[in-house]
Amino acid sequence: MSTRHVLLGLLASGPSHGYDLKRRHDEQFPEARPLAYGQVYTTLQRLVRDGLAEVDGTGSDGGPERTAYRATEEGTRELSRWAGEITPPAPFVTNEIFAKVVVSILSGGDPAAYLRAQRAAHMGRMRELTAVKSAAGAGLATVLSADYALNHLDADLRWMTTTEDRLTTLTAEVDAA
Amino acid sequence: MSNRSKGSGPGEGRGGSPVDGTGTGSTAQPLLAARGLVKAHGRTPALRDVSVELRAGEILAVTGPSGSGKSTLLHCLAGIVRPDAGSVAYDGRRLEELPEKRLSELRRTDFGVVFQFGQLVPELTALDNVALPLMLAGTGRSLARERAGEWLERFGVRGQAKARPGEMSGGQAQRAALARALVTGPRVVFADEPTGALDSLAGEQVMAALAHTAREAGTAVLLVTHDARVAAYADREARLRDGTLTPLEVTA
Ligand SMILES: Nc1ncnc2c1ncn2[C@@H]1O[C@H](COP(=O)(O)OP(=O)(O)O)[C@@H](O)[C@H]1O
Ligand SMILES: [Mg+2]
Repeated sequence: MSTRHVLLGLLASGPSHGYDLKRRHDEQFPEARPLAYGQVYTTLQRLVRDGLAEVDGTGSDGGPERTAYRATEEGTRELSRWAGEITPPAPFVTNEIFAKVVVSILSGGDPAAYLRAQRAAHMGRMRELTAVKSAAGAGLATVLSADYALNHLDADLRWMTTTEDRLTTLTAEVDAA
Repeated sequence: MSNRSKGSGPGEGRGGSPVDGTGTGSTAQPLLAARGLVKAHGRTPALRDVSVELRAGEILAVTGPSGSGKSTLLHCLAGIVRPDAGSVAYDGRRLEELPEKRLSELRRTDFGVVFQFGQLVPELTALDNVALPLMLAGTGRSLARERAGEWLERFGVRGQAKARPGEMSGGQAQRAALARALVTGPRVVFADEPTGALDSLAGEQVMAALAHTAREAGTAVLLVTHDARVAAYADREARLRDGTLTPLEVTA
């Protein structure tokens, strides 16, 4: 995930200062990891260094002094290039669950018990996400973010079910290798 | 953040409700409790020694692959089918000890059922379909229709009150079916794949409406589904495989 492009995107709608960007980011991407203020600050510095953003001015509005930033023309061009660029569909599969199943077989563990426990944890997270998106007043951004996570967890679960059904064959194959 | 009435699952234990986990002991008396259920269809075993509990007001998802015995379990719990062995207790009463007449009366007053499709009377409007259980229980026609209208409203299909089942979308018909299952104020709703005939968005909306309304009314739901996204609306999951409940580890 390119934080610099996301911040640049938030700047595209008008000048903003660091704290404001953090707040808008966390609002816009409700299920994402919240941005640390330090990360916002260093990213803004780099955007300025690369000529993609510039200082719009400083002001205090009665509070502490804050620097506002705006996107440069080059920044706007870079943004539209990035936004239209295809995201590579997962070139490498990192599947920690599968790795644990295989390691469990290799070391004479209980992969079926692990898969059941993992399933319970996945279902627990799916319930939490379902509660988040069903809560009164949940906005569309919240619903869509939760749905994205729910669909991925659901895909994991289906995969775990098939794997559990075929553990005997997999065990024979892993042991023979 | 959650509007559910009972704590559930990993990371959600709160409010002093009993720690859950399928088959573990709880301090609260369950509303519905099955012990050692065995049932075969002819020579095909459908349930082999299944024990499960449903607590008042909770939504319990019964999941598992096709043919694992989910519907058979629901039918036994709802008193529609008598098990070959084992017992079902509802609110302290053993269903297998009740005469057929008492059992069907209990089903009418305390239970509601929703299936995948086809439970609405095709000749009746949505409004009359929902009013029907009330009228069968002795409520006068105009009051029954008034109440039916309110329930259609709660499920967002009041606009379809005059439509017959064939004139409604699948999702609208399922909402009317839910209104019909809940209109008598049952303590338990048995829902067998209530979203099974719907596309994923309509299914999700129907499930959200069921979960929301059941929680508001304090109605317990036994929800049969093979879909994890639907099961995620429940407080707990009981998972069947080959007629046996798989113990689900409760992760801290
Ligand atoms: N009426 C019936 N006659 C014969 N076999 C049945 C009947 N109903 C269910 N079965 C069998 O019992 C088993 C469990 O079925 P069911 O409870 O319908 O499972 P599920 O709802 O999980 O798909 C399956 O093997 C199924 O083929
Ligand atoms: Mg079934």
